[in-house]
Amino acid sequence: MDRRKFLQLSGAGLGFSMLPLSGNLVAESKLVHSGMDVAVKKELADATLNTATKLGASYADVRIGRYLNQYVITREMKVQNVVNTESIGLGVRVIANGTWGFAATNDMTADGIARATAQAVATAKANSKYQKEPVQLAKQKGYGEVSWKTPIRKNAMEIPLAEKVDLLMEVNKSALDAGASFINSMLYLVNEQKYFASTDGSYVDQDVHRLWAPFRVTAVDKKDGGFRTRQGLGQPVGHGFEYLDGRAEDKIQSQTVLYRDSYDMVEDAKLAAQQAQEKLKAKSVKPGKYDLVLDPSHLWLTIHESVGHPLELDRVLGYEANYAGTSFATIDKWRDGKFQYGSDKVNLFADKVQPGSLGAVGYDDEGVKTKRWDLIKDGVLVNYQAIRDQVHMLGQKESQGCCYADSWSSVQFQRMANVSLQPGEDKLSVDEMIKDVEKGIYIIGDGSFSIDQQRYNFQFGGQLFYEIEDGKITGMVEDVAYQSNTREFWNSCSQICDERDYRLGGSFFDGKGQPSQVSAVSHGSSTTRFDGVNVINTKRKLG
Amino acid sequence: MAILSRSEAKQILDKVLKYSKAEAASAQLTGAETGNIRYARNSVSTSGIVNDIELAVEARFGKKSGIATINEFSDAALEKVMRRAEELAKLSPDNPEAMPLLDEQKYPKVNGFAKSTADITPDQRAKAAADSIMAARERKVIAAGYLEDARSFAAVANTKGLFGYHVSTSANFTVTMRTENGLGSGWAQSDVSDFSAMNTGAVSNIAIDKAVQSQEARALEPGKYTVILEPSAVSGLVGFMMWNYDARSADEGRSFMSRKGGGNRIGEKMFDKRVHIYSDPADPDVPAMPWAEDDFMALERVDWIRDGVVKNLPRSRYWASQSKEKEKAIPQPNNLIMIGGDKSTAELIKNTRRGVLVTRTWYIRMVDPQSLLLTGLTRDGTFYIENGKIKYPIKNFRFNESPVIMLNNIEDMGRAKRVGMWGYSAMIPALKVRDFTFSSLSDAV
Repeated sequence: MDRRKFLQLSGAGLGFSMLPLSGNLVAESKLVHSGMDVAVKKELADATLNTATKLGASYADVRIGRYLNQYVITREMKVQNVVNTESIGLGVRVIANGTWGFAATNDMTADGIARATAQAVATAKANSKYQKEPVQLAKQKGYGEVSWKTPIRKNAMEIPLAEKVDLLMEVNKSALDAGASFINSMLYLVNEQKYFASTDGSYVDQDVHRLWAPFRVTAVDKKDGGFRTRQGLGQPVGHGFEYLDGRAEDKIQSQTVLYRDSYDMVEDAKLAAQQAQEKLKAKSVKPGKYDLVLDPSHLWLTIHESVGHPLELDRVLGYEANYAGTSFATIDKWRDGKFQYGSDKVNLFADKVQPGSLGAVGYDDEGVKTKRWDLIKDGVLVNYQAIRDQVHMLGQKESQGCCYADSWSSVQFQRMANVSLQPGEDKLSVDEMIKDVEKGIYIIGDGSFSIDQQRYNFQFGGQLFYEIEDGKITGMVEDVAYQSNTREFWNSCSQICDERDYRLGGSFFDGKGQPSQVSAVSHGSSTTRFDGVNVINTKRKLG
Repeated sequence: MAILSRSEAKQILDKVLKYSKAEAASAQLTGAETGNIRYARNSVSTSGIVNDIELAVEARFGKKSGIATINEFSDAALEKVMRRAEELAKLSPDNPEAMPLLDEQKYPKVNGFAKSTADITPDQRAKAAADSIMAARERKVIAAGYLEDARSFAAVANTKGLFGYHVSTSANFTVTMRTENGLGSGWAQSDVSDFSAMNTGAVSNIAIDKAVQSQEARALEPGKYTVILEPSAVSGLVGFMMWNYDARSADEGRSFMSRKGGGNRIGEKMFDKRVHIYSDPADPDVPAMPWAEDDFMALERVDWIRDGVVKNLPRSRYWASQSKEKEKAIPQPNNLIMIGGDKSTAELIKNTRRGVLVTRTWYIRMVDPQSLLLTGLTRDGTFYIENGKIKYPIKNFRFNESPVIMLNNIEDMGRAKRVGMWGYSAMIPALKVRDFTFSSLSDAV
């Protein structure tokens, strides 16, 4: 088995200072190998499923995975670290005596696979003694041999390391030339080559690609002892390296440049350096009630925490009580059919299919074809995110296809799908929205975030805050965080810009479970207005 | 078996380093057997055992470095991994901050291995979970918990004669108990080296008591309160502070430890005079690996804060080499000890006229790195204290507070307790603190 490791980024001053690492460190050239032939995978899968069935499993699935990562980490004009990893192995999951069992191995010989399969069945049988209710697995038709691939134009793993380093050095130079004191920039690339087979008769071969290029610029005023930071506005995406082309048609001119399906990292770094210096001089916000105009680069995180997580069925049922917590959105509220989660403008949907999103795959990690479904319709709670062994609890017959494991060695479980806010139906631009706001704050970029274990009370920061007075942006403000509770917040939603403004944001390393697993998920929205939200001032002085 | 003896480990390391054709090379061999059991809704949900052993090899050519890893140990495999590290080093860009490999180090003697943890069986793990679940069923509450135990070793060596070997055991247990009506929740934890010192039933009963007592909480107005923070509540804030406690970011002017006008705040009295925080890998309560993970530099006992004065900051070898005053390099620690008082939490409560008892702090995030303002929430047992007694349970609060301010406002200190914190173990006392800032109410139970 390969043990989960973490790459520690000391002194980077970043929100994500521990990066998950798994697999062996390998040469860059390994990352472009195509891996095992699909016919060989099918043979191994069939052997596993046959063994499991013979040993008494009533259901079995097997995942043969090759997981590749490349991390390039820099600060100023220095490359601090380049990490390439490759992790190959097989995970087998069975139901025996009505109970789940799981085992994994990197020993892909016939013996190794037989041993792991026997271990999975033995674990299921042993744990069945403590099982109160047998597993009820929603029926799933077999798809035969199928495949899916993230629609990328440039495989990031095939881009030479030198080109990646050159890009990050150009980004860093652009920030330093524009007056930044420091910049940390990174490139994270993921390629999951995963093969799934089950006793339902599915053989699914998938090639999934993801990319994220974050940075953080710091401006220091040594004389005053103050400093401010501005993070990049690029998003983690399910695109190839073409995301970093920064095409003109993907740019939106606002208080800063905002990005759609491609990202100009060099330009954003320059703007970030200028804005970090502007932040040092910006006035401190006066606390009180404001109408908030939230850009998609910010709103994705609020959607993630206040809608995505509370509507995960395992949380609702208490399976995550000792770690991530439970949920206020209990089954009775859903059953009632009238629970007003948000205003009637609010329509939130889950999906695993949006092109360019982090969650997009053809099939989930238990062989269910992915789709889109509604969570909140006209403000009312209508559904959750659930997988094959959960949907019967909702009286539903079909899994929603949001099962995921972060490695062949981790057991798959329910993970968040993309959860997105549907754009407004009426034509509305951001300028038109701002024009109607008397006293407000326009927020761009995600910042500090914290929410309670049942997802009621939250507090969010951001990257850039602009004060709105009588329909006009009057300048930058600082020390802003807003506090609200989920239901009150979504019920204060008064306007949503139309689909022209719809963009995706996302989380590359979302943690859940014990032992913890990461997953990546996107959240789409157009700029949205929320009325009368409580804004606090976060400035403190140390003695 | 994942645990190699000192001589077995040394043999592999010596052999792999002999294959080196680089200017210098180092190697690290780590192995662990980790077991876990997870339960929720009074039923076991998952359990597993992971055995792993891994060799990481670093090859150096000037400022270039390459690291490769492998988990097989035949002669051919050892030669292959060294060649691969050399290949990676040659391809990698220069790291201008690379420091030469260290000479032989003198590592302190650490005793962190307990036979009871080394010999733990799946049955014992199942019984530990069953003890917790049975306690819950008896008192009609719902248990969700997680036990993880590990036996592990690490051995390091380089071509300059450095060698070290360390073996350890650990077990960490956390449990959340919730009442069936959903109105009460309690939490408790145990973090030990010696599994025979862990009683999951007793720990579970603490969580059950808190769950039962925390039902039908009343709402108090947010504001500044005197609080009694139990060790797990303190560790959330102190852990965050120590994670950001670093010389380089301070010297660069981008830390709460930066001094106005340049430099860091070493030598300044920033905290209450009772605050004494140090690290020591040989501490018997929280034994830890005696070298730094990144370069194997020997860890010693270091005072970070003493008598409320900043004494030392972790400083990498590179950053030390850049300092004009030839500052000493001090690695990031592998444990933390905050000296406490001799009072129990009950005694702290007894001496409190009005205040709030906090079991645990949660979802803590940085709001402003300049003042180290953090936000987060209380969870799983928050109570109002009046005239030396717990009066009634109260709704959870969101706090917006800086640990620097918290450690200035200390009224009293309880006994230190071992807690799992930020990936390592720490001894942390309960603290009674005045003017702790609660900024809003949470309906979460």
